[in-house]
Amino acid sequence: MTDTVLANLSRFIATHILRQPDRTLFADDKLISGGLIDSFHLIDLSLHIEKEFGVRLDDTELNPQTFDTLGELAALIEQRRAG
Amino acid sequence: MHTLAQRLWQNANDSPDRPAIYLLQAGQPDQTLTCRDLVRGGLDYTLALQQAGVQPGEVVILILQHGAPLIYSFWGAVLGGFIPAIMPFLTEKLSPEKYRRDLTALFEITRPAAVITYRAFEPEVRAAALNSSVRVILVAEAVAPAGADSVSLAGLTRSPEDIVVLQHSSGTTGLQKGVALAHRAVFSQLEAYSRAIRLTRDDVVVSWLPLYHDMGLIAGFILPVLTRTPLVLMSPFDWVRAPYKLMHAVSRYRGTLSWLPNFAYNFCAQKIRDRDLDGIDLSSWRAISNCSEPMRWESHRMFAERFTPYGLRPEALATCYAMAENVFAVSQGGIESPVTVDVIEAPAFFSERRAVPASPEAPNVLRLLSAGRPLENTRVRILDDQRRELPERCIGEIALQGDCLLTGFYNRPDLTAQAFHDGWYLTGDLGYLANGEVYVTGRKKDLIIVGGKNIYPGDLEALAGEVPGVYPGRVAAFGVFDEVQGTEEVVIVAEAETQDEGERRRIADAIRERVTRGSEVAVRRVQVVGLRWLLKTSSGKIARAANREKFLREFGA
Repeated sequence: MTDTVLANLSRFIATHILRQPDRTLFADDKLISGGLIDSFHLIDLSLHIEKEFGVRLDDTELNPQTFDTLGELAALIEQRRAG
Repeated sequence: MHTLAQRLWQNANDSPDRPAIYLLQAGQPDQTLTCRDLVRGGLDYTLALQQAGVQPGEVVILILQHGAPLIYSFWGAVLGGFIPAIMPFLTEKLSPEKYRRDLTALFEITRPAAVITYRAFEPEVRAAALNSSVRVILVAEAVAPAGADSVSLAGLTRSPEDIVVLQHSSGTTGLQKGVALAHRAVFSQLEAYSRAIRLTRDDVVVSWLPLYHDMGLIAGFILPVLTRTPLVLMSPFDWVRAPYKLMHAVSRYRGTLSWLPNFAYNFCAQKIRDRDLDGIDLSSWRAISNCSEPMRWESHRMFAERFTPYGLRPEALATCYAMAENVFAVSQGGIESPVTVDVIEAPAFFSERRAVPASPEAPNVLRLLSAGRPLENTRVRILDDQRRELPERCIGEIALQGDCLLTGFYNRPDLTAQAFHDGWYLTGDLGYLANGEVYVTGRKKDLIIVGGKNIYPGDLEALAGEVPGVYPGRVAAFGVFDEVQGTEEVVIVAEAETQDEGERRRIADAIRERVTRGSEVAVRRVQVVGLRWLLKTSSGKIARAANREKFLREFGA
């Protein structure tokens, strides 16, 4: 299940944020502190997550304290969906 | 009234309980700071700086995030007759080494006496301040209430010609070029600009702009505070994660005035959920001024379409041409009447550098938004390459004269002398005049503007050039306008010896990371090319504009 969430997020980030559609992101890629997602695109990521998975991340959660790597983000989504 | 401190002091005496700032922070209740609070809170910092031995006329650097300590330390510095300069705070994305290098560069030129920051950040500042002019590092958390201690208010007796504040743009280049503004220049701007926007006692300013940028510092902070116009102040950090909060703030506080960079129109129009706008009423908004990056008709249209159902009046969309060197505004449009849209022939614009009026139905036309008329105390001229004045509708460099202009670039008489010609300040912006209104069409300088933030391409090229595998000195950075986002995107082209695709991708990733962590600029595209791809000028420099054209031809927009 996590793999699907992870693959979906990887595809979205590669295509819409990095504009490198043939790139694959890995679970330990640092999204925020590694500079893959700048602050202007955090909202895109959060809108996508809400639309795809029905999980709303509050704007106060869009920071590396809540998630930094792709794996952490996928796990957070899984956890919210289960709860 | 001669100094900013006198005005602040008078406001606190005349209307101590009048709300000056409503401070909004995510996850916290809104906080109201009155006119009296600004002086009282400020005096704590004035006293702390005085006790630490900082002298009037010395520079105090503020490295604080959005919040009460930033507001109080700024006004405290003004009251004490010190010269505050607000710096962006280090974010998690930026590498601490690079930030330290930037701070060191800033200290070298500006030679501040003191820095105010948080306890957690103090070691960082101390490391950067080693062997510098900085004598005092004040920890915001440790600043004690001034109470009944006597504080001498040197700010009240400064001369109108004294420098009151420094403004820097970002990056190594920007940090070494502090725009020094005198009390008199700031007052001239406040008076002329208040008239230009027909400021009244019923106005309420709503702003999320950072205070280290001229638009945020002047329009979104000093202007409302000193004119006793209530200011609803949000953090840029909160806004970018929840743009709907701007609409909530306008609706709840009956906001009338805001300033936004062009990209923010697109950002708000595209990235706010419908349900986050439930019950919102934007009918109080009377002027939203597009400012600080090229203004697009399409961005206004998009914003109006999205928010008219929530009470936005389309005629509230206004425009402004501004720069730190003129304190803030040069011209303002869209207040008395809607913003003029100049429909011109595209071919004449591109090949003859002229703005020839065209019929709106004609093919091949451009729609340019007017930046309005110059302020009453600012004169605008258009100059050709030999710096001779050009007639109406001819495109050239915009030059200014007036009494809001900078005193100079702080401790850089060389740069100050270069910036003026025959008593006119050369803006480096390109544009034209038509029927007394200013149109800004581009830039003479190689400057990239992303989301209203000025970026010097040389800073990015230097960072990219540090990546192993990049051929030394063979990097070009430039901006490409993105219609969807309504702002420029940064493109970096770098030459590498390797032909291997995997290796090139690795280099591209490394450049992206290096530049982001080194400058906090998000690089949208990195293209690694073979040797001798980049075009050079006759003097052997990388020709950015020519390489931009070549990039667009070969790799598309």
